[in-house]
Amino acid sequence: MSVPAELRYTQEHEWVAIDGGTATIGITDYATQALGDVVYVSLPQVGAAVTAGEPCGEVESTKSVSDLYSPVDGEVVEVNEELDDDPGLINAEPYGLGWMFRVRMADGQTAAAGLLSPTEYDTLTKSAG
Amino acid sequence: MTSTVRDTPLRAVHERLGATMTEFAGWLMPLRYGSETAEHNAVRTNAALFDLSHMGEIAVTGPGAGAALDYAVCGWPSRLSVGRARYTMLCAPDGGVLDDLIIYRQADERFLVVANAANTSVVLDELRARCSGGADISDESEVTGLVSIQGPNAGGFLAPLTDLPVASMAYYAGAYGTVAGRAAWVARTGYTGEDGFEIFCAPADCEPIWDALTGSVEGGLPAAGLAARDTLRLEAGMPLYGNELGPDVTPYEAGLGRVVRLDKPGDFVGREALAARAAEGPRSTLIGLLGESRRVPRHGYAVLSADGDRVGVVTSGAPSPTLGRPIAMAYVEGDAGGPFGIDVRGKTEPAEVTGLPFYDRRK
Repeated sequence: MSVPAELRYTQEHEWVAIDGGTATIGITDYATQALGDVVYVSLPQVGAAVTAGEPCGEVESTKSVSDLYSPVDGEVVEVNEELDDDPGLINAEPYGLGWMFRVRMADGQTAAAGLLSPTEYDTLTKSAG
Repeated sequence: MTSTVRDTPLRAVHERLGATMTEFAGWLMPLRYGSETAEHNAVRTNAALFDLSHMGEIAVTGPGAGAALDYAVCGWPSRLSVGRARYTMLCAPDGGVLDDLIIYRQADERFLVVANAANTSVVLDELRARCSGGADISDESEVTGLVSIQGPNAGGFLAPLTDLPVASMAYYAGAYGTVAGRAAWVARTGYTGEDGFEIFCAPADCEPIWDALTGSVEGGLPAAGLAARDTLRLEAGMPLYGNELGPDVTPYEAGLGRVVRLDKPGDFVGREALAARAAEGPRSTLIGLLGESRRVPRHGYAVLSADGDRVGVVTSGAPSPTLGRPIAMAYVEGDAGGPFGIDVRGKTEPAEVTGLPFYDRRK
């Protein structure tokens, strides 16, 4: 199971790539394996305000539905529209073409506050069995 | 740490295939091997293998076996010819469903009752209590493995490995023979809405039979797990015990009144209650719903009338790989008519009523 070293993670199995003031967000390899085939993802609207730790969308798989949480505070500036036609990208490339949305982070937010390091996330998934 | 979770005889095979395992009815079972959608589609278009060794197998034997089963279940097993199978139900005295069963007549004085894994002990206890005199009840679950091959090409893959004329075997028929040189009871039955065969064999023979089936095909045969099995049976409109069936419904609510043989002679458990229900009509109706959005109705979600009143509940729901949209089965109040909505986590999603099954291979 892949946990890229350059990313940060949440307890709810999102990953975050922070580049300057912008965060790109998706769900982890572990999450996709737990969910099974993703068939639909509901993403926040461009322009919507999102709050760290609050649900902003949902991920439907064959067996279940899960809330999608924003890992950061800010404004949604882009969503991955490819996922509407091809949600399978999330399973195929969770850290690549399966990215979900981008947030311009609110001013003054410490980029990695409350997020897990790759090592911490790896430990979390292993302890979850 | 102690665990009461049981392994099937194919545990090592599943591990070798990298399956995601899950606990189901006290068994550690393969949920999926890779993509459950690909496994589902393999069964619809080609064939795939299932490990169903968790199912319960109970033999009812002896000169009185047929008559004993006629009293115990709502069907009419004594009328089965040797080598034929029937879908039936075990009902409580009040008509509630205790399990749905396949009964095979394997010999004049031998019937094999196949029960859901979670209900095997209930079925065993009820059969022992109900079948007094002239019939022996024997739990063969521990000494029986079950490998299933399902899909339109299942017969073609099985034929070279068996001495049985499977191509000419009728649907819901079975026979003793060999598969890959191992003794087996092979039946043309399944729970996928597709053609297929179920191979009952000794636990130690599961792996050689599995390997022979997958080894006979260039590139191997795909394996399919419980996730695909659930979407396959749902598309086929087949009820799942615990979802569509349970002690609080009779076969009539589930639209399966045809399995209740009120025309058979003699008493049987539940006859009085079932006859009354047949006369007064079902209290609720099992319907099919096609989701009109991409948000998926799930087990337990409320079905709403056009006025937003709760008139039913979803029993099973999933994104249908074959239809490309959400499908669901739901119980609605007897006189409720559409259009219906489904409360999908606080937002009402429209749903179109449709006949069952959602998918019929003959069409």
